[in-house]
Amino acid sequence: MVTDSSFGQVISLSSKRLVQDVPRPGGGDAVLRDVISDAPFDAAITGFVLSCLPGSAAPVMWVSDRMSQRENGRLYGPALAAFGFKGKVLRVEVSHPRDVLWAMEEGAGCAGLAAVVGEIHGAPEVLSFTATKRLALRAEASGVPIWLIRTGEDGALSAARERWRLRSLPSAAHPYDPQAPGAPLWEAELFRARGRAPGVWRAGYDAGAAHSEDRLSLVSRSGDGSVAPDRQPATDVAG
Amino acid sequence: MDRWRRIVSQQRTLPDDTVPVILAAPGSHGPVVHALSAAAKALGIELGARVVDVQAIHPDLHVENADPAGDLKLLDRVALWARRWCPWTVRDAHDGIVMDVTGAAHLFGGEAAMLRDMATRFRMQGLSARLAMAPTRGAAQMLARFGPAGAVCGADDVAAAVAPLPVAALRLEVETVRLLHRLGLKTLGLLMEVPRVALMRRFDRLAADRNPLVLLDRALGRAADPLNAPPEGQRWLARARLAEPVIDPVPHLDGLAEDLCAQMAGAEQGARQLRLTIYRVDGEWRSRDVALAQPSREPAHLLRLLTGKLEGIDPGFGFDLLTLEALRAEPLALHQDPLDGARDAARDVAGLLDRLSARLGPQKISWSTWTESHLPERVEGRVPALAGKAEAAPVLLRDRPVRVLMPPEEIAVLYAVPEGPPARFSWRRVSYLSTRHEGPERIAPEWWQDRPGTRLRDYYKVEVQGGRRFWLYREGILGDGRGGDPRWFLHGVFA
Repeated sequence: MVTDSSFGQVISLSSKRLVQDVPRPGGGDAVLRDVISDAPFDAAITGFVLSCLPGSAAPVMWVSDRMSQRENGRLYGPALAAFGFKGKVLRVEVSHPRDVLWAMEEGAGCAGLAAVVGEIHGAPEVLSFTATKRLALRAEASGVPIWLIRTGEDGALSAARERWRLRSLPSAAHPYDPQAPGAPLWEAELFRARGRAPGVWRAGYDAGAAHSEDRLSLVSRSGDGSVAPDRQPATDVAG
Repeated sequence: MDRWRRIVSQQRTLPDDTVPVILAAPGSHGPVVHALSAAAKALGIELGARVVDVQAIHPDLHVENADPAGDLKLLDRVALWARRWCPWTVRDAHDGIVMDVTGAAHLFGGEAAMLRDMATRFRMQGLSARLAMAPTRGAAQMLARFGPAGAVCGADDVAAAVAPLPVAALRLEVETVRLLHRLGLKTLGLLMEVPRVALMRRFDRLAADRNPLVLLDRALGRAADPLNAPPEGQRWLARARLAEPVIDPVPHLDGLAEDLCAQMAGAEQGARQLRLTIYRVDGEWRSRDVALAQPSREPAHLLRLLTGKLEGIDPGFGFDLLTLEALRAEPLALHQDPLDGARDAARDVAGLLDRLSARLGPQKISWSTWTESHLPERVEGRVPALAGKAEAAPVLLRDRPVRVLMPPEEIAVLYAVPEGPPARFSWRRVSYLSTRHEGPERIAPEWWQDRPGTRLRDYYKVEVQGGRRFWLYREGILGDGRGGDPRWFLHGVFA
């Protein structure tokens, strides 16, 4: 059986294993996940994280350092509702990554928060493997999911339970205007995860999801594809 | 003036006593002299003169800005401090303190000794004071301002004591004083001799606190003039006096916090603002302030906030007194934790805000506030989390980027097309080829707050090759008469 989703996902009714293999990052289990982007200034990460944040009324703490605000821009409040996020955002804007990590740890210990999101640009020394390990343990102990957005670097060590790499894809077709971009699509690669096979999916925001945890739709990379043309059995031709 | 000297001498920049100094306050025709030093008084400068005139006569004058609001605040505090002599004290107008020392003078060895004690104590504080004691409030405040220094007036000789004072001592309006002068009534003694009926007819339209006869009656004790002293604010203060000077405050904080919390628990109050002060052996003191999002009287929480603030505190050669004071307290009823073991989410978040603000600074932690505006950068504002509340975001029908650049960054257009966004542009030294676009959405400047000449913006959502989506705008249109060729900016990035 093929487990790499890049070959298309074969869901057989006899085995549920493949169905379970599709990750649910928005499922609400409290672990540390980190997200890195393929290209600089890519806002795909933000959309992805927003689609995964819990839909509860509790506030979400969003911590960012000065460099990530300057490089990636600031989170724009009025756009958050477009990703089904209805909570309130507690902004913590600090200048040094050291304070970002400290604030994230404090936030992770606070059960009144729905989630903690931290943004760090570059690869500062304080963001070591030990620091991510602390965050991961904190998240699992307190039950608050933590997202760590890392931009401007690729492949540093991390103790995150799930590591995602995001890239923007050409958007879906606009329903009314062929010249206009439609719903955003991203390529989400889970390149390291605990207890799960890695894989690549095409991700997008699903506005019609029945549950707020399922707002992120992950479709295997091959997608639906075009329907293969009917092939006549060779015997018929010969006959 | 004394307050200014104290502030300036703390900065070690006090000029020599021979330098004339005046404090200037804004007047109706430019700044006027509000207070002056002894040297300036010796030069013949008068209060209320215009500063430019005085400076023309005395070019070497040292002019500083007065701070009347700060003076009033100091006077209020001094009035409370003066309760060391008697229980009823109140600030009098903008330049005095009235104390009702009835029944308190014998504690200090009689009236004259009490006045001497007051004079000494005020001098020790670095404040100059003119003191007077009289059986009525009105007589005392007139004698203090216009009478001889340190006058003590007995119960029987009030009339004799106030008789030589000018009528202006009654604190009348300027017109009333001028009228009395025209009538030849320049001192209170003359005013007392005039038959009351004639004067009453002339001044019957004036309110009681401006009527010279009523004021005179009050000063002479013929009319009641009670003192309404404000209640002293409850102070929440815990002290730790140490036998030996120490360097490290941490071991003593437990006891202080528990003491303070026990005091506040008795009155069902919680602290919103705390100040820890250490008094060093060399006479200096250092303090640290902590603010809280919700009233609290949990010693553990207060301790956690305080210990984070102790890093930069300089103990010098040690300190032997520590105080922990709740500067602001709010009612806080007893709290019952839910019986199912769940924690109160709002209290958890408030505690988190306290810790973050104490360490990172209150401005760094913020909620969003919303303004109705068409310009994207004006929609969202910030309010410090300790000061404001979270508001729900407005519903926008327009597509907006999840990230915005503040300020927008200019892009270089490499290949322009007549209508629509540039087909090829470069931003941050990377060139992009646009494939699809949506727009324009025209946002006109808000004429009621923008400067004239601000150009309109045409926003486009542009998808580039490879799949990223940008929010570009063109500032102005060609030939709108508000500048040269329109420029292009990148304002945000769509997810």
